[in-house]
Amino acid sequence: MKALQNLFDSIKPNFEKGGKWEKFYTLYEGHRTIAFAPDLTTKSKGAQIKDATDLKRVMITVVIAMIPALIFGILNIGHQHFLAIGEEVTWIDKALFGLWSVLPILIVSYAVGLGTEFTFCVIRNHPVSEGFLVTGMLIALVMPPHIPLWQVALATVFAVVVGKEVFGGTGMNILNVAMTARAFLYFAYPAQISGDQVWTYMGDQTPVDGFSGATALAVAYNAGIDGVPVSDALASHNASLGADFSFWNMFMGWIPGSIGETSTLMALIGAVILIYTGVASWKIIVSGFGGAYLMGLVMNLFASNEFMAMAPHFHWVMGGLAFGVVFMATDPVSAAQTETGKWVYGFLIGALTVIIRVTNPAYPEGIMLAVLLMNVFAPLIDYYVVKANKTRRLQRATV
Amino acid sequence: MSKNVKLRKGFDINLAGKAAKEMVDFEPAQTFAIKPTDFVGMQRPKVLVNEGDTVKAGTPILFDKAMDQVQYLSPVSGEIIEIKRGEKRKLLEIKILADKETSYEDLGKIDLKSTDRATLVEKLAAGGVWPHIIQRPYGVVANPADEPKAIFISAFDSNPLAPDMGFVLQGEEQYFQAGLDALTKLTSGKVHLNVNGAEQVSALFANAKGVQINKFSGAHPAGNVGVQIHHLDPINKGDIAWTVSPVGVVQIGKLIVEGKYDASKTIAVTGSELTKRGYVKTISGASVSTFVKGNLQSGNIRVISGNVLTGEKISMEGYLGFYHNQITVIPEGDYEEFLGWLMPSTKKLSFHKAIGMLSFLNKGEFKVDTNTHGEERPFVVSGVFEKVLPMDILPTYLFKAIIAEDFDEMEELGLYEIIEEDVALCEFVDPSKNDLQQLVRSGIELLMYS
Repeated sequence: MKALQNLFDSIKPNFEKGGKWEKFYTLYEGHRTIAFAPDLTTKSKGAQIKDATDLKRVMITVVIAMIPALIFGILNIGHQHFLAIGEEVTWIDKALFGLWSVLPILIVSYAVGLGTEFTFCVIRNHPVSEGFLVTGMLIALVMPPHIPLWQVALATVFAVVVGKEVFGGTGMNILNVAMTARAFLYFAYPAQISGDQVWTYMGDQTPVDGFSGATALAVAYNAGIDGVPVSDALASHNASLGADFSFWNMFMGWIPGSIGETSTLMALIGAVILIYTGVASWKIIVSGFGGAYLMGLVMNLFASNEFMAMAPHFHWVMGGLAFGVVFMATDPVSAAQTETGKWVYGFLIGALTVIIRVTNPAYPEGIMLAVLLMNVFAPLIDYYVVKANKTRRLQRATV
Repeated sequence: MSKNVKLRKGFDINLAGKAAKEMVDFEPAQTFAIKPTDFVGMQRPKVLVNEGDTVKAGTPILFDKAMDQVQYLSPVSGEIIEIKRGEKRKLLEIKILADKETSYEDLGKIDLKSTDRATLVEKLAAGGVWPHIIQRPYGVVANPADEPKAIFISAFDSNPLAPDMGFVLQGEEQYFQAGLDALTKLTSGKVHLNVNGAEQVSALFANAKGVQINKFSGAHPAGNVGVQIHHLDPINKGDIAWTVSPVGVVQIGKLIVEGKYDASKTIAVTGSELTKRGYVKTISGASVSTFVKGNLQSGNIRVISGNVLTGEKISMEGYLGFYHNQITVIPEGDYEEFLGWLMPSTKKLSFHKAIGMLSFLNKGEFKVDTNTHGEERPFVVSGVFEKVLPMDILPTYLFKAIIAEDFDEMEELGLYEIIEEDVALCEFVDPSKNDLQQLVRSGIELLMYS
C-alpha cells in the first residue's frame, strides 16, 4: 500500500496549484480517496470525532443490494434467449450468453456516465461525487437486452447532464437520474424500448413456433381488451414452451423484460439489504407496495374490463414495480425527505403505477412515469409536512 | 407538577477512556487563562489589566463594551504574564501566573432575604459568576437587563465521557442550594432542575428546594438543556429563558455565601490516550499541561477542552475553557486508510449499519480518533438527523434554511430552540460530513445581528 501511496504522492505536484494539470486536481483527489480514505481530521471547534460511515459506503451499499438483481438478470437474459429459439443448453451457456449481452451495456453506462461526471467536475471544479456508482448500475438494469449501445451512451449523457449536473450535481437533482435516462429513451427511441420485440435477446436468430415476446403487462392489457380473464391469458402465454406467466414464474422473474427488473424476489432481497442497513426508507418501500395493492383493489371494485378485475397481488410481480419501488423510489435525493412525506410519496407511486398500467393504452408500464411524476411532487408533499411543523410551533406561541 | 420525560431518539457514544469515579493527584496548574472566545456573543472585549499587573482572585480582567455591567474576573491571584492577541488584534487569551496561595478580593456576602432583584443582578454581574447564566435563544451570556420566563438547569451531562455531576459536586450542597435560591429570585417563572431519570439521583439534586425537579431519560442528547427546554416549556419567538450548569450554580452559591469569586471546580480527565484518568480539583481556566504531560500512552494525540462532540481542540499547553468540566485526549486521525470506505469493521464506531459497518455488533467501548472518515458532500441521505434530535424540529430543513439565509424559514423552523450542542450528534452521524454546529451558529448570528 505504501507503494501506491508513494505513487500518488509523486504525481501530486502536477495537480496542485501551479502544476501542469492543476485543472484536474479534483480527478486526482477523486481517485486517491477511492484508494485511500483521506487523512482529513475534524476542525478545532465542533465535533471532534465523526461517524465512520461516509457517502461512498452508503452508495456501495446500494450497489451491493442490486447485485442479486444483476446476476439474476444475466442468467435470465440467457434463459429467455435460448427459450425463444428453442434450444436446450446448460446454465453455464445461458450465463455466458447473458453476460455477453449485459456486460457491454453496464460498461458503456459506467464509462460514459463517469466520463461525463469527470468532465463536469473539472469544468465546475467540484469534487467527484459517489452518486454515479449507483446511477450507472441502475441505468444498465432498466435497459432492455437489445438496446443499441449508442442509445445507452446518449441516454446516460442526457441523464447526467440534464437530470443532475445542471442542478449542481449529486444531491441537488430533482428527478431520479436513472429514471431520467430511461424516460429519455422511451420518448426519443420508442422502437428500441417498447413493444413485443425488444425484451428477449434474439440476435439474428428466429424464434420457435408459438413464441411470443410480449411482456406480462401487454398480455394482461390485451386480455382486458379481448375480454378474456387475465389469469387465463397469463397462464396460456407461451405455455407450450413452459414459460407461462404464472404468479410464481413472474415472482421468480423467469419472464422477458428489462435486464434487472423481472425478478420480484431479487428486488425483495435488495429491499432486505437496504432496509436492514437503513440506507433506504422502509416506509417508501412498504407504502409503495401497499399503494399498488390498494389501487388494485379499487380497480377491482370499479372493474369495467378484465385487466381491471385482475387480482391486485399480480401487480406486485408484473413489470418493474418491485424494482422501481425498491431501488428507484427510495433514492433519498429525489424522494420526499420528511418521514410523514415518505409514506404519502411511496403510496402514491404504487397507486399511480397501477392507474397508468390499467387505464393508459400508451404506457403499459407505469412505474417509470409514476416515479418521475412523484419526484416532481415530492417537494410539494414535504411542503405540507413542513408547514404542519411550523404551524405547531406557531400555535404553541399563542397558547 | 414535575415532569417525567422519556426520549426515544438519540445515540450514546460509548467511548473508551472513561474516568473512574475517584479523585486522582496531579501537580496543581501554574498558569491560568481567560479566553474571551469562550464567551459566545462577546462583541467588543475590553481588557482592564496590563501585562505585569498583579491581581487577586476576583479582580476584574475584562468586560464586553456591549454589555458593560458584566465583569469577567480573574479566577486566581497572581501576575498577568501575557495578553495574547491574534489576527486583527483579536483578543485570544489573558494569561495569569498563579500565586502558591490564592488570595481573594472581598466581594461582599449577599443576604438573599434582604436583597432585591435589581441589587442581586448587579452583584452577580459584578461578581464574576454572571457568565454562567446563558440566554436562550442564541446561547449567549444573558443580558442583566432581561427577565427570563424560566430558568433551566440540566443536572446531568450525557455527552461521551462526561463527568458525573453528582460526583463532581459532592460536598457542595449548601452552595448549590444558595445558588438555586438566588436563581429563583431572578425569574418570576419556574426554576427547572432536570435530573437523569435512568439513574440514582444524587442527594444534592434530589433534596434541592424551591425548584421543579423533572426527570429525563434516554440516550444522548437527553442531558442537553436545549432538548429539555423543548419538552418542558419551549422557546417561541420573543421568549427569553436562561440556563445555568450545576457547576455555575455552585459558583453563584459561593459568591453569595462566602462573598468571593471562587472559580474552583472538579473536572474529569478522560480519553483513551491517557494513562491516569479520574477526577481532579482545579480552577477555571487552568493550563492542561499538568494533566497531559507525562500521562500519555502515545504520541500523536489531540487534547480537547470539553467533550468530543462540542469541545475545542487545544494545544498541550492550552487552557481549560470557562464552561468545560472535562478534558478529553484522543488519538489524532491524520492518516490515510487503504479502501477505508469499503473495509468491514466492528471497531469503527458508526451510528449507521451501511455495508461493513458492524459496530452495532460490538457492545464494548470504542477508541475513536479525529479522522473525518470521508469528505464533505451535499446532503444526500435523508432521515438521519431526525433520529438523533429528540425535538419536534425538522433539522434538514432548518439547515437548508440557514444555508439559504432565509430568515423567515429559520425562525419558523425553530432556530430559536437550538444551539450548537443540540446538533452535535447530527454533525457526528452525518455521512456527508458537514460542519453543522458552525452552520447553526452562523444562522443564529444572522438572526441576532440583523
